[in-house]
Amino acid sequence: MKLNKITGLFAASILTVGVLAGCGAKNDTDGKDGKAAEEGETIKIGLNLELSGAVASYGSSEAEGIELAIEEINKAGGIDGKTIVPIKMDNKSESSEATSAAIKLITKDKVVAIIGAATSGNTVAQVEIANKNKTVLISPSGTSETVTINKDGKVNEFAFRTSFIDPFQGTVAANFAANELKVKNVAIYSDNASDYSKGLASSFKKDFEAAGGKIVAEEFYIAKDSDFRSILTRIKSSNPEFIFIPGYYEEVGLIVKQAREMGITVPLMGADGWDSPILLDLAGEKALNNTFTTNHYSSEDPDGIIQDFNKKFGEKYNGKKPDSFNALGYDTVYLLADAIKRAGSTDSTKIKEALEATKDLGLVTGLYSVDENHHPIKSATILEYKDGAQIFKTKVNP
Amino acid sequence: MEWLQQLINGISLGSIYALIALGYTMVYGIIKLINFAHGEVFMVGSFIGFISISVWGLGFFPALLLSMTACAIFGVLIERIAYKRLRNATRIAALITAIGVSLLIQNGVIYIRGAQPAAYPDVFANTSYNFFGAQISSQAILILSVSVALMLILQFIVHKTKIGKAMRAVSHDAEAAKLMGINVDNIISATFAIGSALAGAAGVIFGVYYTKIDPLMGVIPGVKAFVAAVLGGIGIIPGAMVGGLVLGVVETVVSALGFSLWRDAAAFIILILILIFRPAGIFGKNTREKV
Repeated sequence: MKLNKITGLFAASILTVGVLAGCGAKNDTDGKDGKAAEEGETIKIGLNLELSGAVASYGSSEAEGIELAIEEINKAGGIDGKTIVPIKMDNKSESSEATSAAIKLITKDKVVAIIGAATSGNTVAQVEIANKNKTVLISPSGTSETVTINKDGKVNEFAFRTSFIDPFQGTVAANFAANELKVKNVAIYSDNASDYSKGLASSFKKDFEAAGGKIVAEEFYIAKDSDFRSILTRIKSSNPEFIFIPGYYEEVGLIVKQAREMGITVPLMGADGWDSPILLDLAGEKALNNTFTTNHYSSEDPDGIIQDFNKKFGEKYNGKKPDSFNALGYDTVYLLADAIKRAGSTDSTKIKEALEATKDLGLVTGLYSVDENHHPIKSATILEYKDGAQIFKTKVNP
Repeated sequence: MEWLQQLINGISLGSIYALIALGYTMVYGIIKLINFAHGEVFMVGSFIGFISISVWGLGFFPALLLSMTACAIFGVLIERIAYKRLRNATRIAALITAIGVSLLIQNGVIYIRGAQPAAYPDVFANTSYNFFGAQISSQAILILSVSVALMLILQFIVHKTKIGKAMRAVSHDAEAAKLMGINVDNIISATFAIGSALAGAAGVIFGVYYTKIDPLMGVIPGVKAFVAAVLGGIGIIPGAMVGGLVLGVVETVVSALGFSLWRDAAAFIILILILIFRPAGIFGKNTREKV
């Protein structure tokens, strides 16, 4: 944590110096906003991400996208002449760490908004603090409904997200299985320790049964398991034509591998939790053939804004191809920057109101609008794994 | 043939538990210490195997041998540095030290390489054989045969060699063994070396069979192996083997019956039942503590 703070300060000072040299001195006229006056020409944004631990690959990918976007915005003169300064914290993929990082960012660093965390659970862990302190919180990829809707069904005022929500991914997967693959008997194998997985499983079940399909087996595992063979044996004996596995890559990689070893050859499908290069290492190219995922975006999509993003991302990170977490991180910064610009101030309540009014904002992961529950209305992409590569299959609109 | 398949799944899992449990039981047998750092030796062994296969390009057997050798040395180092000076301290002090060593190794590995998981490369071309309707992969067969071979070698060492005789003597009565001219310190080190080598082998086998390894991978198998050792009768070598296999099969059966969420609980329920009804374990004789 100490290290992060020091690097954060270091980065901040370099950025500030760079920008001050670029544009001449600008008088601060913004007197009514205490925060902005105190910070002068910068807008501090906290990043509360999974940089180590179980889902480190999501958080680190998002950080790359976020940093690229901030660099671009600052290069183009910042938001109304103010540079964005990111303050990066590692929540170690644990919700307790996410909570304390949020407290620190809000009370000590006095950030304007927090971006993070990558998973729903770690975002929910910050929501209450963000609401209490009236600080905008945007999760790039927290797809669970609970991020923006609390237990009583009320909207969490200051929580937003860039990604679509779980039920939507389950619905897309169910429609894809019923209409495109035309399967009738399917099995669901979900992670009982994760709200994300359970949420996807229940929306898949509802929509697939509504489409006339039958769920022949519904099984559970628990995150951190490594032996799935006994349950896969059970699933196999129920003869499904398709298995929906809405989990995270660490377990899914092993499930896919072990399923193929046991002679389960039917199509397998998951959601954005699969999206990590580690999945490929764990499962292997061959096992991943005939598997599908719903996702936020595909770098193969011929859309102009996506190809442009691919190019800029490749230039900054040695020719690396961006994944959807990179894209969501990148989009989150633009979403926030757009709101700050329209709000014309760094006052959190005004930014919040501007975010709520976002409509048809063109982002890499699709046209973005917000509904009254702070859920985005946007498109989803279906990808297929072929010999280790994710191939763009089709794009589904809400 | 679902049941045959489940039995094979259970035996594969159980043989890994058994290999780890052997180390627990040997160390307990000789110095009455529950070496909670044993699961971490298993983890380190797995990583050594991973590096030898994916970085140095070794085959499965050279990697297995290298990992066993390195773990043997590592185990002796742990014993010499952390446990030796506590030999006459209370047993709780040694136990707490073992937990401390375990945390130190876990976090040391995280510090060196980070906490992200690594994926074992495929070392065998994996073909599946159809055996009365059950799928057995060539990996599972090899893993089973390696585990059985290692257990046989261990039985041979303990019962037919001089060092094995000395180990049995020290475990029976360390004072008397000393009077008979046995170098107790060396024998204890040898026990740690053999136990840790088995844990190292289990680590490589685990990696090949389950693919994913990470710095905290030793915790759950370590605890399960401890349950297996208690189940078989802690301190008794055949007990650890049987305990491991029984535990593996029980866990698989619990999942197979549809109670997959109770699988981990099953292991601990067994531990509690054994401690209440037969604390000496399946193979244990009820002996009175010497005063």
